[in-house]
This record gives sequence, C-alpha cells and structure tokens, in this order.
Amino acid sequence: MHLEIITPDRKVFEGEVTSAQFPGADGLFEVLNNHAPLIAALKAGNVTLTSAAGREAIRIEGGVVEVLRNNVIVLAEGAVA
Amino acid sequence: MASLKEVRSRIQSVSSTQQITKAMKMVAAAKLRRAQDNIIRMRPYAQRLNAILANLTRTTDNDIVSEYGVAREVRRVLVIAVTSDRGLAGAFNSNVFKGVNAAIAERYAGLPAANISYLAIGKKAHDYYTRKGGVVGNFTHVFAKLSFDTVREAAELAMDGFRSGTFDEVVMVYNEFKNVATQIVRTEQLLPLVKVEALAAPATPRDAKAVSALVEATANVDYIFEPSKEEIIQTLIPQSLKIQLYKAVLESNASEHGARMTAMDKATDNAGELLKALKLTYNRTRQAAITTEILEIVGGAEALAAG
Repeated sequence: MHLEIITPDRKVFEGEVTSAQFPGADGLFEVLNNHAPLIAALKAGNVTLTSAAGREAIRIEGGVVEVLRNNVIVLAEGAVA
Repeated sequence: MASLKEVRSRIQSVSSTQQITKAMKMVAAAKLRRAQDNIIRMRPYAQRLNAILANLTRTTDNDIVSEYGVAREVRRVLVIAVTSDRGLAGAFNSNVFKGVNAAIAERYAGLPAANISYLAIGKKAHDYYTRKGGVVGNFTHVFAKLSFDTVREAAELAMDGFRSGTFDEVVMVYNEFKNVATQIVRTEQLLPLVKVEALAAPATPRDAKAVSALVEATANVDYIFEPSKEEIIQTLIPQSLKIQLYKAVLESNASEHGARMTAMDKATDNAGELLKALKLTYNRTRQAAITTEILEIVGGAEALAAG
C-alpha cells in the first residue's frame, strides 16, 4: 500500500510499505494491505513502517490519518524521520 | 549652476543607489519565488485537511460544539499583526498598522486600549507595538527561518489565551498576496470560530475545486472512525486553526517580497530618470565651461592682435 506522511512544511515520507503502525488517540494500531476505509486521530508518537527496505520509525506530533483503497495519508503537525 | 564636480559626485551617488535598488529587486524576486513555493507546498496538506473536515461535518448529525467556538462577551481582545522583518517594501507594513487601527475602530471602539493586546509577527510589528504597549510573546524570529513550528507557537499562544479566558476574541491582520503588484490587507476573525463548517471552506476557487474533487471521491465510502467522529473533529479544529494562521503568514511573506520588488523596481526607474536629468545638467555645464574658455581664448587672441 502507498503511504504518505505530510506536514504543512513538506512531505516527510512517500512510498510503498507493507505495514504501518500508528499512535492512535486510543492506542497503537497497525494498518496492513487492503485495510477498510478509516479516519483516525493520532497523538504524538512514532509511526513505524515496514517496507522492502526494512523497518523505519518516523516521529510525528499528532494529527490524523486517512486510509482509503490502499492509500494511507498522514496529516501530521510536525514530523522527524 | 552647480559646479561640474558637484554634479559628477551626485551622478556617482545616484548610480550606486540605483545598483543597490536593482540588486534588492533581484533578491526580492528570488525570495518571492521561494515564498510562493512554500504556499504551494502547504496546499496538499490544507486541501486534505479541508476535505476530511468537510466530509466529517457533513455526515455528523449533531451540532459540533468546540471549546474554540464559544462566543463570549468581548472584553479582552488579541490582535495578531503580521508584518515583515525589514522595511523598504513600500507601504507594506504601514498598511498593516492602518488595517489594525481600522479593525479596532470598527469592532472594538468601546474597549479601553489596555484591553487590546497585540501578537506581533515580524520585527516591524514588534517594534511598533512595543512602543505602543501591549505586546504578548516575541515572534520576531518567525521570518528568519519560516516554518510551521514557529507559527504554531504563535497560534497556540492565541488559542490557549482564548481557552483560558485571557482573550475573548482573536483577529488577525495580514497582507494577502494577490499578485506581485497588489497586496490586499485582510482582517480575519480567528477565534471564536464562527462555524466549524467555515473552517472546511477552502480559500481559493482553485482549492475549492481540488477539495470538492477529494470530497466527491470519498462521498460513498463507509469510513471507520477512530475514536469517534466528534473526537476527530475536535483534534482537527485546532490543527485547522493553526493552518489558518500559517497560511496568513505565508501569504504575508509572499506579499512582502512582492511589495519590495515593486518598490525597488520603481526606485530603480526613478534613479534612472534622475540620472538622465543629472547627465543633461552635467553636459550642459561642461559645454558652457568650454564655450567660456573658447571665448576667453578668442578674446585674448584678439586683444593681442589689436595690440
């Protein structure tokens, strides 16, 4: 699935991933391929993504994530790779 | 008539001024391009946020009550004035100050001056309102390295102030970028939120098109909402408010460089005209001096011949 992490300043990450873990407002959750449409609030924490290149953690400062048809878009207020 | 030497030194000084204004114009043009890039880079974020918010507000049945939407009796006001760090940009900064005064005269005429605080973004506004009194926070560093993080601090200060009751209303005054030659001074109410739906309303027709395309694409999707629609909206509202201020700052930044470019272009033209006039004077004076000299020589020669 395709993952994008964008902040108002820039695009922090864009690429194909096999799974991604998000710091949801109510706790960690993971999104895999073909996940049902979802909009979730996020709190500050790490987004851990697994891609062909391995695992990677990106720290975000809260925001919202939208999952739709294998497109995952994270709108974060700030992010550090 | 001025002496040749005086005219020559004036020509020298005007042409070096012209070089400076020309260079400043070029620098402003380059910075303007970067400022516009910043606006473009923010667009996908703002459009997505608008689309999600529009989607949510449309599908929730109950009215959304946000802590940022409570209108109270207005006793203490925060005015956010967005200016630049540097001058030489025509009437750019004084237009903001005029806009602030007009807004206060129009909306808060009955309030004592002590109840009006200013959040100054940019050195010019900071200096001006420090002299006037009533500045909150220090945001002179915003344009040194323009990023969402610094603007967010300012927005959070205003939002926390509103939530805690320090301010009953927050308005912002900034220059909107229309094109290089035109900046429009805008006064917008940031808090309290007039309507949550208004936040989802995109700013420009172009944005509106993009957002409605996004909304349409997701119209029939049955989303799972985590934790709940209302709570997502509550997290999106402050996010969207910050974006509003960030957008104003970016617009103002682009406007500043546009205004400076136009001002410096005019200054360069004026210097060119001044140079033309000075060169004419210079040549005339030189010609007159030569004529006098010839006359003197001829007169002397004639006197010799006669003698």
